[in-house]
Amino acid sequence: MDDTAVVIAFWVLAILTIVSALMVALVRDLIHAVLFLILSFVGVAGLYITLSADFVAVVQVLIYAGAISVLMLFSILLTPRSARDNAPVNYSAPIASLAILLSVVLIYASVETNWAKASNDFGSTAREIGNALLDPYVLPFEVASVLLVVAMVGAIILVRPSEEAPAEGEQA
Amino acid sequence: MIEIEHVLVVGGILFSIGLYVALSRRNAVGVLMGVELMLNSVNVNLIGFARLAESPTPITGQVFSVFVITVAAAEAAVALALAVSVYRYRQSIDVDKLDLLKW
Repeated sequence: MDDTAVVIAFWVLAILTIVSALMVALVRDLIHAVLFLILSFVGVAGLYITLSADFVAVVQVLIYAGAISVLMLFSILLTPRSARDNAPVNYSAPIASLAILLSVVLIYASVETNWAKASNDFGSTAREIGNALLDPYVLPFEVASVLLVVAMVGAIILVRPSEEAPAEGEQA
Repeated sequence: MIEIEHVLVVGGILFSIGLYVALSRRNAVGVLMGVELMLNSVNVNLIGFARLAESPTPITGQVFSVFVITVAAAEAAVALALAVSVYRYRQSIDVDKLDLLKW
């Protein structure tokens, strides 16, 4: 692949990702925030492609841009009264300065550290990731499947209307 | 050539934005959006290290990011079910008003 084109694509996608992540913090309507969040997820998937991680990029689009954002839209639409407001809390200025301080520290640390650099150019990574999941990482793989089942059952039980729960619209 | 410092700078900025969103939102779904942004920035760092750092088994970074995505999906499902469930009892998912555990 042409090297300069990859670098240009990386920076364009990085700016797209960061700007849309900032818009998530700045827009007032929560639905718009979710839409900017999806744009940010797609930008991150593009970053993965420029970093030679094709399988993870596809998984990112499927799970983040597909499943998780649909879940978020559903839960916004299921909670109508407080749904549309993306307002910050009253003391957001100290939190903003904390975040700026953290990013300065992280940028300084990553620029000043002497990393052991290499250039691992993967071809198609799906087969390699599959082999790694079923050979050295088979135990975490199985634990992840148990975690997914537990989370799914827990989510279903949490939203199931129970007998003790007050009916819709009735104040507890 | 993409340098590893550039990937880490992008990841760091994204993490800080996610931290700000997670700590400063009133709405519980907004808090969850910040957490997802932070998990994404961690994944960017993992993929960057897999591509550009010296390692005997570089594919490990990508395998770990797959695990992070799995855990993020489970966490999002449970958190959003909690948001819907809390809304049913309290008619609000404003995290400022959820002080049920306050003594």
